[in-house]
Amino acid sequence: MSVQKVDHNCADCPIHNTGNLKKLGIDMTDHDYVVALAGNPNTGKSTVFNSLTGLRQHTGNWPGKTVTRAEGAFSYNDSKFKIVDLPGTYSLLSTSTDEEVARDFILFGQPDVTVIVVDATRLERNLNLVLQVLEITDRAIVCLNLIDEASRNNIEIDTRTLSKDLGVPVIATAARTNVGMQELISKIEEVSSGKYICKPHRVTGNSRKIDKAINDLSDKIHKEFPNLPNPKWVALRLLEGDQKIIDALKNGDLGDLKSNYEMIQSVREERKETIDVA
Amino acid sequence: MSRKNLLVEANALRWEIGDNLHDTIMESIYADASKIASRALIKNEEENSFVIDRVIDRLITSRWLGFPLMFLMLAIVFWITIVGANYPSGFLAWLLVDLGQPFLKETAMSIGFPAWLSGLIFDGAYLAMAWVIAVMLPPMAIFFPMFTLLEDFGYLPRVAFNLDNLFRKAGAHGKQALSMTMGFGCNAAGIISTRIIDSPRERLIAIITNNFSLCNGRWPTQILIATIFIGAAAPAHLAGLLSAGAVVFIALLGIVFSLLVSWGLSRSVLKGEASTFSLELPPYRPPRIMQTLYTSLIDRTIFVLWRAIVFAIPAGVVIWLTANIDIAGVSIAEHFISWSNPFGLLLGLNGVILLAYIIAIPANEIVIPTILMLTVLVTGMSGLGEGTGVMFELDSISDTSGILAAGGWTMLTGINLMLFSLLHNPCSTTIYTIYKETGSIKWTAVSTLLPVVMGVVVCFFVAQLWYLFS
Repeated sequence: MSVQKVDHNCADCPIHNTGNLKKLGIDMTDHDYVVALAGNPNTGKSTVFNSLTGLRQHTGNWPGKTVTRAEGAFSYNDSKFKIVDLPGTYSLLSTSTDEEVARDFILFGQPDVTVIVVDATRLERNLNLVLQVLEITDRAIVCLNLIDEASRNNIEIDTRTLSKDLGVPVIATAARTNVGMQELISKIEEVSSGKYICKPHRVTGNSRKIDKAINDLSDKIHKEFPNLPNPKWVALRLLEGDQKIIDALKNGDLGDLKSNYEMIQSVREERKETIDVA
Repeated sequence: MSRKNLLVEANALRWEIGDNLHDTIMESIYADASKIASRALIKNEEENSFVIDRVIDRLITSRWLGFPLMFLMLAIVFWITIVGANYPSGFLAWLLVDLGQPFLKETAMSIGFPAWLSGLIFDGAYLAMAWVIAVMLPPMAIFFPMFTLLEDFGYLPRVAFNLDNLFRKAGAHGKQALSMTMGFGCNAAGIISTRIIDSPRERLIAIITNNFSLCNGRWPTQILIATIFIGAAAPAHLAGLLSAGAVVFIALLGIVFSLLVSWGLSRSVLKGEASTFSLELPPYRPPRIMQTLYTSLIDRTIFVLWRAIVFAIPAGVVIWLTANIDIAGVSIAEHFISWSNPFGLLLGLNGVILLAYIIAIPANEIVIPTILMLTVLVTGMSGLGEGTGVMFELDSISDTSGILAAGGWTMLTGINLMLFSLLHNPCSTTIYTIYKETGSIKWTAVSTLLPVVMGVVVCFFVAQLWYLFS
């Protein structure tokens, strides 16, 4: 009996499960979960991506290296994960072309879990994006990357406090040398399968008037478009007077997920036309 | 509630909360981030430890040393490439051409291939492919890893930082320095990387001028011609250095053209102010040598080589056909060359070079072999080439220069070929990429034709000046 119990404990330990990781490269058939890799530029997202999938996507030490999204897969404990490496972005509220790819996917691609890769040597600045992502999703993991560089620079971070404050798992990694990747993988599995319930931090300190305006409007948007994944974000954009969102709402493009995707496409087409006109 | 009411409601709320919504929200996010970060940071003594980074940065982005150091770094990279590529190139040529080609041809003959078919396959397609591998693989296998190491180390953003001021003065976006640097590897990749530029106006400028970055398809042409015409004019011990210097000069000239054209565009058809941006200088990271070697070999070298081979094979067939199909007793190639020669001479080039550039539109890599083959064809030299329409490899650079001298080449032809190789239309892959990125036929045409027109004008003036003073 006791032997069995030990067995059971081992099966729970991430190290025991190392053998269950299969890097599937670009074989993305029949995935069970979709994982998005987001983060500020130059935090090592592509390196994390390569480490998870076994792919060798080109990495480079400069911001803006990934301009389109790259996709790959891995399987772990009988589940297959499709993983999407997004271009780096500083904010979900800006409007530049490269950042748009990342934003659209986090907002409308409905990943099962969003892994936010954070540069441990630039914690405060990186947290700005983390907090914005946590505003719009319930399933996220913070991957505190470049932890080796941080300790070389005499920076030490208390991951438990950070995790408690953010309400999501925080895993310290050094993807270049595969440190912490095993823990990251098992957390990805726990969060996407619902074993781990996140209680993400929500920003306070907006005036009560603003909070009420956003909430009222997003409730109404939700009633009108029940399938929309992020009514709160849409409400915010409406309040800021974003013309594209206003147009999409007018002609009903905001309706279901499929046309959301088309909306993203049409926004892109529009961009191309602007280039043409310019 | 209807959609219209939603908008009305949003408008009303917008009035109510005032127009500093964005700022208020960002402020509360920043405040929370700062609070959480300070709770989580146990130790933060980073100030003391970035000293080395700062010292390096102060040096390589300094006002006085920044540019000289950049040029020096480029020159060293090219010098190593030029010197190091010579021997493996010679070996590959010996293996694939001297041994491989006659062997394959004889084998084909012995199993009964008709002469025209074996000509088409082994004198055309196979030789084109073999030549591309022999000439391109060694320099790429040396150049790309070195470039990737610089990239991994964190040097590229510093280059952008150095150039930012110049680009801003030219009315372009500072990030154009990055897409331009990418273009040194491959213009198609450079054009995709312009997506990091937000404003459509500045992005178009970056796309149009990307072709002024010498791509890897053109490096071998530059290196070979520089070695023959510039290096040969110098004492032997300086030849390598001087050739490398000439190639760096052409590359820098490309940057100058890039700036001039950006300046012209931003003051005419693409008017507007340069937008500001913040560029993060990443920390220096020790490059991972083995992984860099692996990825630059797979991602860049093999990828680019494969593309070159794919384009070289049909081009080899076309060259063989133009040289072997006769109209009124003279081959198509010779017809075109004698017709276009006067025009070519006006530009300090010749008909052979013009025809080679037309055949080589799919891939810049095959310009030199095409030129050599066509030169032998028109001068009727015997004993060097293997027959009509055969793209051959020359064992030494002196053989190559012998052929070119017999074809009436002078120092001027060499210089103008280097200039024209810098200033001519992008390859077909790049043209297609421009179309995909801009979605506009008009801007694709502008990006394609503008460099050709500039090339013709520049070559014309250089030639006329040359004729005037010699």
